[in-house]
Amino acid sequence: MQDRNGIEGADMNVLIGIIVPLGILFSVLTVAAGLIWLERRLLAFWQDRYGPNRVGAYGLLQPLADAIKLMFKEDWVPPFSDKPVFILAPIVIVITVVLAFAVIPFAPGIVVIDLNVGLLFFLGMSSLGVYSVVLGGWASNSKYSLLGGLRASAQMLSYEVFMGISVMGVVMMAGSFNLGDIIEAQRIGWFWIPQFFGMVIFIIAGLAETRRLPFDLPEAESELVAGFHTEYSGMKFGLFFVGEYIGITLVSAMIVTLYFGGWLGPFLPPIVWFTIKTFLFICGFILLRAAMPRPRYDQLMSYGWKILLPIAMANLLITGALLLRAM
Amino acid sequence: MLGTLRSIWNVFLHLWHKKETVQYPEEKPYLPPRWRGRIILSRDADGGERCVACYLCAVACPVDCISLQATEDEHGRRYPEFFRINFSRCIFCGFCEEACPTYAIQLTPDFEMAEYKRENLVYEKEDLLISGPGKYPDYNFYNVAGTSIAGKDKGEAENERPPVDIRSLMP
Repeated sequence: MQDRNGIEGADMNVLIGIIVPLGILFSVLTVAAGLIWLERRLLAFWQDRYGPNRVGAYGLLQPLADAIKLMFKEDWVPPFSDKPVFILAPIVIVITVVLAFAVIPFAPGIVVIDLNVGLLFFLGMSSLGVYSVVLGGWASNSKYSLLGGLRASAQMLSYEVFMGISVMGVVMMAGSFNLGDIIEAQRIGWFWIPQFFGMVIFIIAGLAETRRLPFDLPEAESELVAGFHTEYSGMKFGLFFVGEYIGITLVSAMIVTLYFGGWLGPFLPPIVWFTIKTFLFICGFILLRAAMPRPRYDQLMSYGWKILLPIAMANLLITGALLLRAM
Repeated sequence: MLGTLRSIWNVFLHLWHKKETVQYPEEKPYLPPRWRGRIILSRDADGGERCVACYLCAVACPVDCISLQATEDEHGRRYPEFFRINFSRCIFCGFCEEACPTYAIQLTPDFEMAEYKRENLVYEKEDLLISGPGKYPDYNFYNVAGTSIAGKDKGEAENERPPVDIRSLMP
């Protein structure tokens, strides 16, 4: 009997090791599909429309219809493009954002890898995601795509700088790069109050990182057709889309983890708290898209380097000084 | 900065505003009586065809979608032998209705004429003719026009004086 229990315990560990990543992968991809519907519905509501409400109850099956449509579209690779890179680019974006989810702690114990440098892993993965956009824009070998890719590389370079700097305040306060530890350190108080400026800058940088509307200059459908994915069609375009939506979920989850106490919260189970908070931030991202115009390119750059970077630096210095004084 | 936040808040409040969308198949839009939709051929109050096959509608049509052939019945009354409107060309400009001297051709408040086959958009006379007088219930061309047909000679129409004998010297 005892022997059998021991084997069962080991089996359970293996089982959890399989179920948790698969569950996270499944839920992340489902959420990304659901977001297509959610975004269209919410945008419609904020523009006094209904949005897709015909396919299934409340239009919930709209992503399924969209997916079927995308699957059956002609998957065209332009003859003038750099074919291997052209095919690789949309794959890269999905892989990087999904990999970044590996370090997000959804609840105590529900995390794929409890990495000691989880935050750095996230930053690294989101930086790698830029390659997808830049390579996609370059390999398409068309003017609009190239312009989109150029804009993307400049935007990512400048906004990644202070994205990294803004989270360092949190790292100093928690004393760890491990995301689980950062959440545990927020038991005494969520970090968004002491790190208010860090939070604002991280949200703005996260927006720029996911190329969402106030910062969608790489895509800019009113100027560049579709920017870096002008030449993409069918499911390759779909992958860019899915990558963007998983990116929104990822950044929302990171904001919640770093500044809003992750799975901490009274009464409800941790996973529910994490989901609610992440969902609210996703809705916030969609609201920003509904409300804000796209800045001009030079405005974007000067806003980043002249305003946000100094604030991020000041935040870092002041946090460090106060922490040293408290010690 | 404050302005941006206020505009975000104002956009958020739109969640509770009334929607502009008309949920079409369930909720029909209001179409005014003079809406320029599906074209019909109307009849007089006594049931006779109004169209006198004068070709003015076909001439007025900017896309040449109306074709017809005039003929006469035993009473000397003109009518179209066939009357065909190709609705795949029609732009619903209403010029045919304006050109029509007898109020026969009229545009109606109806736009639901989608078809799966393009050929089905070609409407023949029996598709176009309706049983009623349309927008002008009391109008009858032959009752007001000076033309003579069987049962009505010159000078017998409404508001018409008897014809002047141009060979007579009397006033």
